Amino acid sequence: MSSGTLAPAAPAVARPRERVEVDERIVEIVSDSGEGAQKAGQTFGTVCAKLGNGVWTVEIIPAEIKPPARSRAGASGIRVRFARRPVTNRGETADLVVAFNEQVLYGRIANAAYRPGTVVLLESKWGDDPQPELREQYRSAVEEYRAQGFELLELPMERACLEVVPDARVGKNMFVVGMLCEIFGRDLDCALGEVEEALGRKGAEVVRANQALVRRGAEFAAERVRFAWSVPARPVETPQLVLNGNQAVALGILAAGIDVVSMYPITPATSVSHYLARLLPEAGGFLHQAEDEIAAVGFAIGASWAGKTACTITSGPGLALKSEFLGFAAMAEIPLVVVDVQRGGPSTGLPTKVEQGDLLAALYGQPGDTPKVVFAPATIEECFHAIPLARKLAEEFRTPVVVLTDANLATGVSTVPRPALDPAWLALEPALLPWPPGLAPFDWHPETGLSTRALPGQKGGEHVVTGLAHTRLGKVAYDPRSNQEGCEMRSRKLAALAATLVAPVPYGAPQGDLLAVGWGSTSGAIEEAVDGLRAEGLAVAALHLRFLSPLEPGLAEIFRRFAKVMTIEINYSDDPEAPLVTPERRRRAQLAQLLRERTLADVDCWSAVPGQPFGPGEIARVLARALGAARPPSAGRGAG
Amino acid sequence: MMFGLPPAGDLDLPERYFTLEDYDGGVARWCPGCGDFAVLSAVQRICRDEQIPPEKLAIVSGIGCSSRFPHYLHAYGFHGLHGRALPVACGVKARRPDLQVWVATGDGDCCSIGAGHWLHAARYNMDLVVMIFDNSVYGLTKKQTSPTTPLGLATNTHPRGPFLPPLNVAETTLGFPNVSFVARTVDWNPAHLAATLHAAYRHRGTSFVHILQRCPTYTPEVFDAWRQNPDLTLLLTHERGIPADDAVRRIYRNRLEHDPSDLAEARRLAAFGERLAIGLLYRNPGAPRYDEVTVEGLGLPRERKLAALERALDRLAI
Repeated sequence: MSSGTLAPAAPAVARPRERVEVDERIVEIVSDSGEGAQKAGQTFGTVCAKLGNGVWTVEIIPAEIKPPARSRAGASGIRVRFARRPVTNRGETADLVVAFNEQVLYGRIANAAYRPGTVVLLESKWGDDPQPELREQYRSAVEEYRAQGFELLELPMERACLEVVPDARVGKNMFVVGMLCEIFGRDLDCALGEVEEALGRKGAEVVRANQALVRRGAEFAAERVRFAWSVPARPVETPQLVLNGNQAVALGILAAGIDVVSMYPITPATSVSHYLARLLPEAGGFLHQAEDEIAAVGFAIGASWAGKTACTITSGPGLALKSEFLGFAAMAEIPLVVVDVQRGGPSTGLPTKVEQGDLLAALYGQPGDTPKVVFAPATIEECFHAIPLARKLAEEFRTPVVVLTDANLATGVSTVPRPALDPAWLALEPALLPWPPGLAPFDWHPETGLSTRALPGQKGGEHVVTGLAHTRLGKVAYDPRSNQEGCEMRSRKLAALAATLVAPVPYGAPQGDLLAVGWGSTSGAIEEAVDGLRAEGLAVAALHLRFLSPLEPGLAEIFRRFAKVMTIEINYSDDPEAPLVTPERRRRAQLAQLLRERTLADVDCWSAVPGQPFGPGEIARVLARALGAARPPSAGRGAG
Repeated sequence: MMFGLPPAGDLDLPERYFTLEDYDGGVARWCPGCGDFAVLSAVQRICRDEQIPPEKLAIVSGIGCSSRFPHYLHAYGFHGLHGRALPVACGVKARRPDLQVWVATGDGDCCSIGAGHWLHAARYNMDLVVMIFDNSVYGLTKKQTSPTTPLGLATNTHPRGPFLPPLNVAETTLGFPNVSFVARTVDWNPAHLAATLHAAYRHRGTSFVHILQRCPTYTPEVFDAWRQNPDLTLLLTHERGIPADDAVRRIYRNRLEHDPSDLAEARRLAAFGERLAIGLLYRNPGAPRYDEVTVEGLGLPRERKLAALERALDRLAI
């Protein structure tokens, strides 16, 4: 190594090394934007999944497309958590990190993604850089990382790539895939096959070069990396898919037979439309990119009014813009599926990052009383099934249905069982039969508020839908009785849906000292935390809610069986210890507000807005503290 | 053949014949003397003349006096949100090419709160008739300045008149990309109004019709100069323009042969100068239409939908 590098390079390791068997590992690849770290992580994650590991990958995404190189805030990359058993969340601190430069690690360290003992495989070329400032930055970072207790290996990865290809910047990611396969004893053929699958359309030459990089990476790791682990896998028995939550939503849209998807680009929802742009035409549907968020929902409502199933996809700021039209769809009783892939708020907030901050906006975001169905899938698999369900509810209840996913589900990649398709999920083409004479366009059933819709094209069903108060005949009516009746009938639909729901079942135990209530993407982390605490003998259980409007039944009764009930949410609440905050003044997390109102139970909450998913260790610490039990520091190794 | 008559199918008698009553949506509740009545009756006549089944008519509007239009015409109506008629109409047309979609919108609805959609609807150029009722004022909210309120006209928000000169609806529309049909007419000449709307209906693409429409309550005199002196109106004529019958020609003696394919000349004529140009300003029957794309895949059999999904799942399978 040149004099630019502080410590001597890791000595070549003589094979065979001892391979340590572990239950799970967390790997991160961190780089500047555009260096292919995410592709590398996805490829490695797919290899692990194919071999039968449970896998969860989380993208590390800067908000900018190409932030300045070597920027601390601009780290781009991916985390891959893989295990002997199924994985439902990102876990805690990483065990191994591959970094393409030393600067990008700072941001991850600030996020407590690593711990003393984390193995860092760092590109060493910066130590020899012609620019003295860069050499100095590298030197001081390496010193700092060693001081923090990381197992730092400085490796000339780029130089090794250049032995195989002329431009390392575009191929280093596949080199890393080879390294990881070697370090974790993965079958290299599987990785080579993945390369072929991913790059085959770019031609044989590109495939060959990338496969050479994978092989060279594996050799390099065998020579230079002294760590080797194995994470045993179970053979895959049922057909599995590897996908993220946005892909699951897109596939769910196909499974529901939705005819029109109308959207406007917004992070982190947009990738749903990227998949649909290719998939939907094959399935006979149409994807419309509108001129703005309002037009997107208006177009969908127009299509739906005309009898075609329609969906719009957005994120928080877009939901705000669509709000008036959601109120209209509720008032005019036009079915509509709205997918809100939540991101950090308020306002433009944290576009690429996770938050569960739109619950109350989805429930109450309109003036007046605007009953609508709101539910939240908890897993990537549920993101798929959510859409046929939403489609069916929207049509049967003549109402907008808001499906709340979030950035964690949207970009997290995991294995899910391949669904067995049911043709009944597909929307039916409207038959457009003559409308029964005498039947009103809003012939509300007095108990359920349900009514049959007359679609344009149905002879004799002509009427006007309006956002104005109207009678059963669709006629504008400002009299006190008509508006009261309309509001009652629309509200009654939610009661009718609620009457069909069954009470949820707590996870862990039906009663105990503490019940942790969650919704959305946190289910895996909360349940993993509960598993850990129960293994230590604590009487903790979890309850995860899917239906938020109408709310799932039986909650007051479930809550009575626990000494304490608290929600765990990724949204803002006042710290009860904060200055000037009293129990009366405290602004609570969103689900907690809802549950307190509905159950009259003293539901506590713990919530935060870090822009990243909670790890199970962090949740376990919170729950233990709520129980008043002291927790050993090993339980949570950082926020990750 | 029986009794010397052709089989029943060959008689070619229409199964249903629609009269004006079939499009009667009840008593319209506009102010007495409102120009909207003339537009309503023109549209009803066109529907009758074209024998459009009422169930195939989709009338979409926003908010404002003229947006009450769907309530007064017997058809399927969508009285939506302020400024948002056009995206809804596009969504209706996208997957229901069998429906005849008419949009009723005003100078405030289309050119102010919904102005973004105005431009994009022109770009999409889907097969819609867009009637822009321009009475130069916000009427339903009681006399506020609209984008077309002339200087000097006192309103409740600008008692000394607007600060800024008005926009010209037809001229602005002619500036939009891919615009395919722009015409102007006036509510006080029912024959020209009907002929213009009929030509708009016959055009395949988005037909914008700028209708100067009197508000008897708030802007009763705003068009008086033109109404009282027909010589200040310039009637555009052309073999590919709006047909003008003798009655119209008798009133409007100032006429100009204007080739509707001449966009530059159309923009010049659309400007408000000494004379008010009415008739077909511009038409491009060859402009690309988004609704030719949006219908793709309609009616795909369920098996093929499921097969597409299975293929998508195959690509993600491990």
